[in-house]
Amino acid sequence: MIEVKNLKKNYGNKYAVDDISFTVQDGEILGFLGPNGAGKSTTMNIITGYVGATDGTVTVNGHEIFDEPMQVKSQIGYLPEQPPLYPDMSVMEYLSFIYDLKKVKLKKAAHLDEICELVKITDVQHRIIKNLSKGYKQRVGLAQALLGNPGVLILDEPTVGLDPKQIIEIRNLIKDLGHKRTVILSSHILSEVQAVCERVVVIHNGRLLADDTPDNLAQSMSGDHRLTVRIDGPQEDVYALLKSIPQVCLVDKLGAKETSAFEYLVEAEPGVDVRRELFHRLAEHGWPILALGASGLSLEDIFLQLTAQSDTPKELSDDIQVDTNKDNDAEEEGE
Amino acid sequence: MFAILRRELLGFFSSPIAYIYLAVFYIFAGYFFFTGPLYWGFTQLGPVFSNLFSVVLFLIPILTMRLMSEDKKHRTDQALLTAPVSLTGIVLGKFFAAMVVYLLGLAITVVFAFVVAVLAAVNWLSVFSNLVALLLLGMAHMAICLFVSSLTENQVIAAIGGFASAFLLLMLGSLKTIVTGDILQKIITGISFSDRYSSFSVGMFNLADVVFFLSVCAIFLFLTVRVLEKRRWS
Repeated sequence: MIEVKNLKKNYGNKYAVDDISFTVQDGEILGFLGPNGAGKSTTMNIITGYVGATDGTVTVNGHEIFDEPMQVKSQIGYLPEQPPLYPDMSVMEYLSFIYDLKKVKLKKAAHLDEICELVKITDVQHRIIKNLSKGYKQRVGLAQALLGNPGVLILDEPTVGLDPKQIIEIRNLIKDLGHKRTVILSSHILSEVQAVCERVVVIHNGRLLADDTPDNLAQSMSGDHRLTVRIDGPQEDVYALLKSIPQVCLVDKLGAKETSAFEYLVEAEPGVDVRRELFHRLAEHGWPILALGASGLSLEDIFLQLTAQSDTPKELSDDIQVDTNKDNDAEEEGE
Repeated sequence: MFAILRRELLGFFSSPIAYIYLAVFYIFAGYFFFTGPLYWGFTQLGPVFSNLFSVVLFLIPILTMRLMSEDKKHRTDQALLTAPVSLTGIVLGKFFAAMVVYLLGLAITVVFAFVVAVLAAVNWLSVFSNLVALLLLGMAHMAICLFVSSLTENQVIAAIGGFASAFLLLMLGSLKTIVTGDILQKIITGISFSDRYSSFSVGMFNLADVVFFLSVCAIFLFLTVRVLEKRRWS
């Protein structure tokens, strides 16, 4: 279990991490989401003991990183943003060095083989690291984090530089690992976090904006029931009809999508399902529904909304404030 | 510590650095040996050792330049600093790895002593005292250069810093003849590597000198650890 309490880190006057608290349970995969420079890597560096915190505590399985760094470090496997590889060593030499460095107690040859097999680098184990492609380097980095089967894995953007097939492999691997271990995974790719993580922590400008499951986040942010409907019929008439449905509180024209078919955004009152009503009313007029989909918020939308909300004027200089106000205005107009 | 020592030794010998260092050291030592004892036919190895003083000062930065700086550049310090190893263990591992290569260089002088021993009687005590002197000098300057290397992530800057420190140490010897004032002279004599080194090479085994070199070594190793520690908090 990892407990992060009131974590702060400042570089000069700038807060890289500003009062972040969260807990990760055993066997849980926590996604760390935030734009570049949000403080994800700094937080991870603090948890792993690479940098010290200005204030606050990090406890891993009951050991505090500042008071008992050795106990904490021996339980953590860490893949930093840039994998810490010695370019002039071969993969096997490197992994063997990390094995010794971590003072792993398992049978060496068997364990190294097992890890290589797991991240699929067996075929490159005798090659010099600097000659490997970025994807392989990333996997060697992952292998060094997995050495010694640590109970806690901290992975900073683990799928960067991999091709789509490898990304899926690594994601599945992380999911498997997550059953037995505590995993923190950072990413700025939202679909990745959605695919792998059971819980998401969103940080922006060093502050924690949200801490919830991806689905809950989507629900709490979207709130109302929103539908996108594509209807074959005269645009103005269909629009008027949609507006006349009592439970519908907002209709928006999204423009022509096919010949004589237009798309609309229909927002009903909270908790009301208007799909059947829509069908019957449109059927009366002989306007077929060509497509109907829920327009719930994706993690992208949530992310953008959260980060936009958090850009409060407090920390920003005057000229940037004006800009964000403009953005907010634009959004409101859009809605 | 031993994992790091092994890895750095592997690094030395899988790159040209160790070979170049050893080759250059052997060339210089061989040259001094040939033009001294062999050519003129004397059995004293003292001159060879005193000539090696400046060679050692200028070659050591080559051994240490990448030891700390490279970790910073390749971000491998993240692997070291997040592993269950103490900072002292990291610094000592690297220090001893460089010392092993250094000792391999020094070993050639033992060969010289045996060569002389075939031809004539050798003053083994003098050889021993000279070896200890080179060892102590190497340890002290190695620690200084390791410290310089920890301050930068560029090997070239680390090497230049090491050369600068070598120059400074060489100049200290001649500086004391120029400065006036008893106290200043005393201070310079006190920290002058060459003065303390030469007392060894004439066969004087002075405890104060031993303590001096060991202290310099310990202080700069300690400072290197502090640099690593400081990086965590800045």
